[in-house]
Amino acid sequence: MMRREIPLFITSVVGFIFVIRFFIPHEPFYSLEDVSSSWIQVIQAFAIWLGILNLLKVSLDKIYKKERGWGYSGVIIFSFLAISIAGFFFPLWEERPAGYSYLQHAREFLKPGTSFDWFYWYVYSPLSSTMFATLAFFIASASFRAFRARSFQATLLLLSGFVVMFGSVPVGNVLFGWLPAGWQVSDIADWVRNVPQVAGQRAIQIGIALGIISTSLRLILGLERAHLGREE
Amino acid sequence: MRKPLILFPLVFLFLFVFASAQTPPTPVDSLQAVDTPDDAGGQVDLTWKPSPDEGRAVSPVIGYQILAAPAADSTFVPIGTASAGATSVTAKDRLENGRPYYFKIRAYAMDSSYAESEVAGPVVPKGSWWNTKPAYLRIVIWMVFVVGFILYNIRKAGKKELYIRPIAGIDAIDEGIGRATEMGRPILFICGLGDAAQAATLAAFSVLGRVAQKTAQYQTRLIVPCYEPIVFTICQDIVKGAYLNAGRPEAYNEKDVFFVVYDQFPYVAAVNGIMLREKPATNFYLGQFYAESLMLAETGFEAGSIQIAGTDQLIQMSFFIVACDFTLIGEELFAASAYLSKEPEQVGSIKGQDWGKVIFAGLSILGVVSVLLDENLRVHFFGFFRKLMLNE
Repeated sequence: MMRREIPLFITSVVGFIFVIRFFIPHEPFYSLEDVSSSWIQVIQAFAIWLGILNLLKVSLDKIYKKERGWGYSGVIIFSFLAISIAGFFFPLWEERPAGYSYLQHAREFLKPGTSFDWFYWYVYSPLSSTMFATLAFFIASASFRAFRARSFQATLLLLSGFVVMFGSVPVGNVLFGWLPAGWQVSDIADWVRNVPQVAGQRAIQIGIALGIISTSLRLILGLERAHLGREE
Repeated sequence: MRKPLILFPLVFLFLFVFASAQTPPTPVDSLQAVDTPDDAGGQVDLTWKPSPDEGRAVSPVIGYQILAAPAADSTFVPIGTASAGATSVTAKDRLENGRPYYFKIRAYAMDSSYAESEVAGPVVPKGSWWNTKPAYLRIVIWMVFVVGFILYNIRKAGKKELYIRPIAGIDAIDEGIGRATEMGRPILFICGLGDAAQAATLAAFSVLGRVAQKTAQYQTRLIVPCYEPIVFTICQDIVKGAYLNAGRPEAYNEKDVFFVVYDQFPYVAAVNGIMLREKPATNFYLGQFYAESLMLAETGFEAGSIQIAGTDQLIQMSFFIVACDFTLIGEELFAASAYLSKEPEQVGSIKGQDWGKVIFAGLSILGVVSVLLDENLRVHFFGFFRKLMLNE
């Protein structure tokens, strides 16, 4: 009982307090957001260690048992050790400024020129950018599938996409320059963006807001319990 | 003999400029100090008419210093500044609730000469127990109305069975689990990149609990790679609890709910790798997603998975609609858990949510009509709706 009732009680009380906090600017309600934000940071600091330990455990286990794809786990362990050593121990092989203790020096591992900084800019950053760059290809392949005129809705999507794309580039107005003033392809693209798109987005936003209110109410009232795990 | 004659006008000019620059500026006028309304206290709103010397040619006023003191005849200390052109400021430093304060504004000229205003006060800063701004009052009205409606439907649900429109995306959740079971391939569940405080992540937790319970019953493997460390610990507990509920605690594999990395693109790389290696039969993307949404969904498509997605991020929703088989649009993500539970009270909350949408649609129509109608009629008849909708 304790495992379910206590979290439900805490959820209800905290949820209710945060709802009324929005309308009461007086202390102690005023500082609640800052206090909770600090608490979350503290919990996160502990949770990240749990996460790291879990990652290492899962990876080492894979390597030990030679499971399928264990080589990737080896890359994880190697990268983890390399960046940790660069972050924690770089003063051991880097020139220390005069008057700095090792501890003072170690605190500045993020500064330009450090090993950690080198890893960030020459290993992490290019890899991350490469991943992001693949998005262009994913957009192309998704567009190819989405823009096939298989139904009325898909045809409508294709036409809208066509108009918006041509309306967004200078060549669009050159190719369709013969259209009357006010009906240029860029004007139609603007209309698509500002009228039907905004109307649709607002309808979805209203739905989302109502959904959030409804979910919050279910959580505060203890009707929603699936997130609590086991039932006892 | 000619040199003194030349120097004379230069000396005169120097003395003229020097004398002008040393003239202190005219102080600000009509200084008023009032306790800042609708705040936590410790703040005072100051307003004044600016010094007319802000625009003078020589040594104009370049700024103001806010001075405060506990008594009119005691020493005033600076507690803040305001730039030239400002006519108001909220003083918030070093002011304590329940103590009287007097204020002065010191106008500074470019040559460091200054002039102080009349004293304003006393003002006693204090906190407000209720936010009286009209916007907040409107929110209260809306909230009472919408919440009341949902609560009414929850209460009503206990008495009779309510009809809920079929939601294809949610119905597909069971199909997806069944498909994975038949194919003997795993299910991949991704809770997004949001933290545990986000409503979309909370909705994802609820669906995860129900999916995990079914995978435990059907003995289907469930893989949950997590992005956020707190979300990871919660997901572990949810899945473990669901396997225990289903009476199959031994089937729970803790290595299948794991933390990946707290960084967007490395997370995408890792999850895409899992998809291509494990070839899951069904992928769930529920929660908050950003640029990674399309990368994940397209890789899932390449891997031949059936994909069910739901997010509260509008832009990413369009990517999911294009790349996934089923997408929970808008409030459907938040209704999913209640819909799957079939519990009357939870279903009642969805009903209330749907009626809320109907009312908002009706109000939107009234708003459009009020804008199109004649000005006088609009003001008299639809003025209330217009004010409500447009925050006028």
